[in-house]
Amino acid sequence: MSFDNAYEALTAAEPEGESRWAFGTGFDDPLSGVDTTLPEGVDGAAFARYCLMLGDDALIASQRLTEWVTRAPELEDELALANIALDLLGQARLLLSRAGQADGSGRDEDELAYFRDEREFRNVRLVEPPNGDFAQTIARLLVFATWRLALFARLAESRDPVLAAIAAKGVKELAYHREYAAQWAIRLGDGTEVSHARMQQGLDAVWPLVDELFAPNATDREMVAAGVGTDPAQVRAEFDDVLDQVITAATLRHPDASALAGVAGRTGRDGVHTEHLGFLLAELQSLARAHPEATW
Amino acid sequence: MTSTVDRLGDAELQQHFDERIAHDQRIEPRDWMPEGYRKTLVRQIAQHAHSEIIGMQPEGNWLTRAPSLRRKAILLAKVQDEAGHGLYLYSAAETLGVDRSELTEKLIGRRQKYSSIFNYPTLTFADIGVIGWLVDGAAICNQVPLCRSSFGPYARAMVRICKEESFHQRQGYELLMTMMRGTDEQREMVQDATNRWWWPSLMMFGPPDADSPNTRQSMVWRIKRHTNDELRQKFVDMSVPQAEALGVTLPDPALRWNEERGHYDFGEPDWSELKRVIAGHGPCNEERLVRRRAAHEEGQWVRDAAATHAAKQAAREEVAR
Repeated sequence: MSFDNAYEALTAAEPEGESRWAFGTGFDDPLSGVDTTLPEGVDGAAFARYCLMLGDDALIASQRLTEWVTRAPELEDELALANIALDLLGQARLLLSRAGQADGSGRDEDELAYFRDEREFRNVRLVEPPNGDFAQTIARLLVFATWRLALFARLAESRDPVLAAIAAKGVKELAYHREYAAQWAIRLGDGTEVSHARMQQGLDAVWPLVDELFAPNATDREMVAAGVGTDPAQVRAEFDDVLDQVITAATLRHPDASALAGVAGRTGRDGVHTEHLGFLLAELQSLARAHPEATW
Repeated sequence: MTSTVDRLGDAELQQHFDERIAHDQRIEPRDWMPEGYRKTLVRQIAQHAHSEIIGMQPEGNWLTRAPSLRRKAILLAKVQDEAGHGLYLYSAAETLGVDRSELTEKLIGRRQKYSSIFNYPTLTFADIGVIGWLVDGAAICNQVPLCRSSFGPYARAMVRICKEESFHQRQGYELLMTMMRGTDEQREMVQDATNRWWWPSLMMFGPPDADSPNTRQSMVWRIKRHTNDELRQKFVDMSVPQAEALGVTLPDPALRWNEERGHYDFGEPDWSELKRVIAGHGPCNEERLVRRRAAHEEGQWVRDAAATHAAKQAAREEVAR
């Protein structure tokens, strides 16, 4: 770069394109240029619901992690948590875009993120409560990343090539997220008395929302049958195995908290959430909704 | 070379140092340097690092409300870069024999400062764009010459930082361009944000040269390469055409092209406001420090846990061996 004119970058053509701004922040739709034809025999509306489920999980988890920015215990963790939030936001953008195409509505990622109400969100309840302390955030991230990594490893084989590609990219990111959370769970569990107690409390606090992750709903079943989705019940054993290893290494006790009931059996995947999601969305959507005609 | 230096007395060391500075050679951490040079650098690099860290807050204020997922991703990446810049700079300061935790204590104990600009509030999303355009623009004007600073670790950190800053500036300007093509409300937001950030941006260059006691020595040491007023003039000259291209006005009735000087004339910033802000009485000084101190103090048990775990691991490895 020039040492004389600091403003050159504003007007000079950037040969590498704007990709260096931040991964996945180009001007085009995230899936621009990708063949988005659905595989034969896949119902577009159901597939869109499926992508929304996975996309909403990432969007809400990302929003919560973002709240840590400027509040983390150490600069390195500030960076790591922001980095994970950015990865998950990238996954959400791709999955929401895919959903908007698959259901034929033409809604883009922003219409889906900013102009749906909480009853239309399809994320699991695990990702929506407030962060709690660092230990609770780590516990939730460990559970979330372990579960999602197991799911995505299988989704990389999806009959839908777009979903398969999104999952394959996500696997690399989620492996890092799981590693980060597992290392901190061990440091905190096998750290001081205070950190041990807090890590145990954090794990106990998130545990009631774990069973919901493995309960297939009608959309899951339909997508498994069509060869594009994965049955979450099938990843339970892998999840339990990883969590057991981490819990043991962290000298923690396995939580025995009961699963949180739904409402007439309906939970996050059905749009029946905790009371926290409404506030989270009010904040996330406030500016976009105040200026529905605006482009940013 | 070390053996030669070992035999030299103080006067000769000083002379050797002066010659290296005069020949634009880099000073490295193990080299002899005058105590004043070391202290000035520690102060400047630490305050620069603190600015990166405190500077995450005004932008972080809009992360959870960014109005599109793309803008949210860009802003998140930017704030992450700033944490990284803070880390580079703390590392550069540590080569001078200080410790990062000691510098953090000084920041939250109000014994070291950070850039005055971050004591202003971000009130609309246009502020995010204007921070990129004007605040990062002013930072680049200040920092590009520091890529040639006489202290090697600082200069090298600045090269990396300047590259990323110029992306940030571009992003901010592009956001403003997009908003100016949008609705009337969006255009009003951009003008309002420009009005609020213009003067604070000019004040980022510090007090006028007549009131800047350290500048002369810093220039002799080639820690600084230009005076505050020179950089401020350069910034104004570059910003005016950018404001025109954007379609906003700058809130200064005295601003006009001076054919004779070949520069823009501009009005006097409110130096009494700068003094109040630097003394801790700006709009957000208290909140910024409270937030930083809370993060540090509430994170203590986490850092203790990491240290204790590392010690336990080391002890276990020792036993195993």
